Amino acid sequence: MEPQLSWYLALSAILFTIGVTGVIIKRNVIAMFMCIELMLNAVNLTFVAFASFFQDVTGQLFVFIVMTVAAAEAAVGLGIIIAIFRNRESLDVDEASILKL
Amino acid sequence: MENNLLSLIIFAPLAGAAINWFIGRRVRDERFIGVVACGSVAISAVVAFYLAFMSGGALRSTTPVLDHIWTWLQVGDFRADFALAMDRLSGTYALFITFVGFLIHVFAVGYMHGEAGFYRFFAFLNLFMFSMLTLVLADNFVLMFVGWEGVGLCSYLLIGYYFDKKEAGDAAKKAFITNRIGDWGFVLGIMLTFFVTGSVSFFANPAAGEAAHTALSFFRNQPVETFTAGAIFAGGATSIAVLLFIGAAGKSAQIPLYVWLPDAMAGPTPVSALIHAATMVTAGVYMIVRCSEIFVHAPTAMFIVAIIGAATALFAATIGLAQNDIKKVLAYSTISQLGYMFLACGVGAFIPAIFHVITHAFFKALLFLGSGSVIHGMHHEQDMRRMGGLKKYMPITFATMVTGWLAISGVPIFAGFFSKDEILWKTWSAPAFSLPSTGFSKFLWAIAALTAFLTAVYMTRMMVMTFWGKERFRETHESKHQEPDHHHGPVEPHESPWLMTVPLVVLAVLSTVGGFIGIPYAFVGKDVNVIEHTLEPVVAKVGESAVAPVETHASETPASRAEAEHDAAAAGEAAHATHSSEELNAERMLAGLSVLIALLGIGAGWYMFQKRPLLQMPRLLENKYYVDEVYDAALIRPIEAGSREGLWKIFDVGVIDGLLHSIGEAVTEMGRLARYLQAGFVRGYAAIILFGALILIGIFAYLGFPGV
Repeated sequence: MEPQLSWYLALSAILFTIGVTGVIIKRNVIAMFMCIELMLNAVNLTFVAFASFFQDVTGQLFVFIVMTVAAAEAAVGLGIIIAIFRNRESLDVDEASILKL
Repeated sequence: MENNLLSLIIFAPLAGAAINWFIGRRVRDERFIGVVACGSVAISAVVAFYLAFMSGGALRSTTPVLDHIWTWLQVGDFRADFALAMDRLSGTYALFITFVGFLIHVFAVGYMHGEAGFYRFFAFLNLFMFSMLTLVLADNFVLMFVGWEGVGLCSYLLIGYYFDKKEAGDAAKKAFITNRIGDWGFVLGIMLTFFVTGSVSFFANPAAGEAAHTALSFFRNQPVETFTAGAIFAGGATSIAVLLFIGAAGKSAQIPLYVWLPDAMAGPTPVSALIHAATMVTAGVYMIVRCSEIFVHAPTAMFIVAIIGAATALFAATIGLAQNDIKKVLAYSTISQLGYMFLACGVGAFIPAIFHVITHAFFKALLFLGSGSVIHGMHHEQDMRRMGGLKKYMPITFATMVTGWLAISGVPIFAGFFSKDEILWKTWSAPAFSLPSTGFSKFLWAIAALTAFLTAVYMTRMMVMTFWGKERFRETHESKHQEPDHHHGPVEPHESPWLMTVPLVVLAVLSTVGGFIGIPYAFVGKDVNVIEHTLEPVVAKVGESAVAPVETHASETPASRAEAEHDAAAAGEAAHATHSSEELNAERMLAGLSVLIALLGIGAGWYMFQKRPLLQMPRLLENKYYVDEVYDAALIRPIEAGSREGLWKIFDVGVIDGLLHSIGEAVTEMGRLARYLQAGFVRGYAAIILFGALILIGIFAYLGFPGV
């Protein structure tokens, strides 16, 4: 059976929901960060699925942009995480709630 | 006829003002500043005389000299150009303004010697000349209003020249604010003119692309409005004329807006001579004569003008009788003479009004400058009770002021006699056009004649107190004076330098011979009334509203212009031919009567004040009928109280501040609520984002994507 568009969309939705749930329930900042990446990649999957379905290269271009932004975001985010860890010796986001270091 | 030299008349003084303001203040050399100031006005004067008297000049042909500088405002049908026009009326004005202005500038160089603000004074004085000439030479209402406001500004700046004196600052503000009331009427008048006629121009200038019909020519074919009070509110010519007259009453110090002029004497004396006697205060007369075409269609408005003029003339003359400050006497005299001019306008004698403006400019400038010379010689003493016997100390000032005195009193051959007599005669013989009945003109004449008598009396009093009698300036005046600025000891009066006496002499000559431009037909049996012939083509006549347009167009040929001139001359002759012998006899009799009145007035003044110069005058007059006090109690205090108690304490504090404060408090309160969102829990934020996203998705799912 040929893979249908809806399969990809369903997979993407599942991945996205896992990501959202992870961001909300996880306290470890690294885990939250990975969940965010998961959401981004779920969206990427949707993009390429549609690009293939519509025979349109635009969706693939968007994926590249998302990946670039995600890389930049990862660099900044990891930097912030390291700074927080150095200060607090902890990666629990609920403890970092005073809006300053 | 287009001639670009015309703009030089107004821009030369502007350049002078700029040079003195930017360079003169650094150079601080009185000679440099004086030469720039007088030189720029001299250029104006020379150009004005050239444009007036060259072949085809403004006073020699019936076509105005035009100068379209730029198109200033053009919105839909509304068009106001920065354009100048010199016709016979504005040319006449420009001539005496530049000439008398030049003399006063020269005088001021001597008078203001040693003042710290020398450059500032002359920069303002030149700026005033620019504004005044713009007012006069403007070819439309809007530009005229620019000049109108400009002279008001310069008047304010120069009255307040001694700004470290509270009195001068207050007087400046009073002048400015009182003029605002008049300007309100003027602005509304301009708007209504545009609304009614669709134009604000005085002259058609097709070469510059203006519409062929103007605000004034529009009225030529209109019927004369009825002589009823209702016409004032009908929105036609009468409404326009009344509104314009409110403006004129403010600028020319007529009842009830005259109160600023006596206080304006706080400025330096040359300012009083130039602005508050010779030029600016006659701008109202100019405006009315310029709009005579509107006024001759509005008998009700002319009636108001005549009544106000006559009332002001008498009222101010009685106050002038009892003033002790030499400049205050002249100030009330000026108001009174302005009243004369308005009376003349009101009875349709526009040309005698202008004639009186000119002679008044000569003799009143002379009297003011003479008083300035006296004040200068007396080391800034203005109270006539501390003068007396000055004629042997200041012979030139004395001799010149005598001519001014005789001129204003109306003694024959002096300039004031001819113009004043002309007004008296025209008032006597006024048609019932703008008056309830011909008998009413006799009543107005009686008021004017009584004013003439009082004028002679108070001027004689002033001369006697100043120049004759006992020398009172050496006495000490402990009892009368507590003011700290009068603590100087007895003074030794001295004659003023030549810079001041030469203008006095020139003006004295003009005050003597200046009236010869308007000798009436009745006196010599020949047609020698130059001023009347000059102005006849540009001034509308009462009861002749349907006359053929004399204002001609640029397209006309020299032949047709010559024909027009010939027609005008013929019309003039025809007018004189209509003089019946009874009328001529009546005019001669009245002239004799006015000479008698003048001599009686001088005699009465001499008799009353020669022996007792310090004669106590009625308190009511000395205190100016308590008009300032009445205004203070009836207008200023209620306005102040209303502003303080109502506008400030209720409206400003309650509404304005209250509104602002409640906006601020609302923002604070919202911020306090929004603060709960910023708990600092990252996962909370994530939940909020998720929640928002779900809502958005829900909305889209429910409504569908727009456009899909």
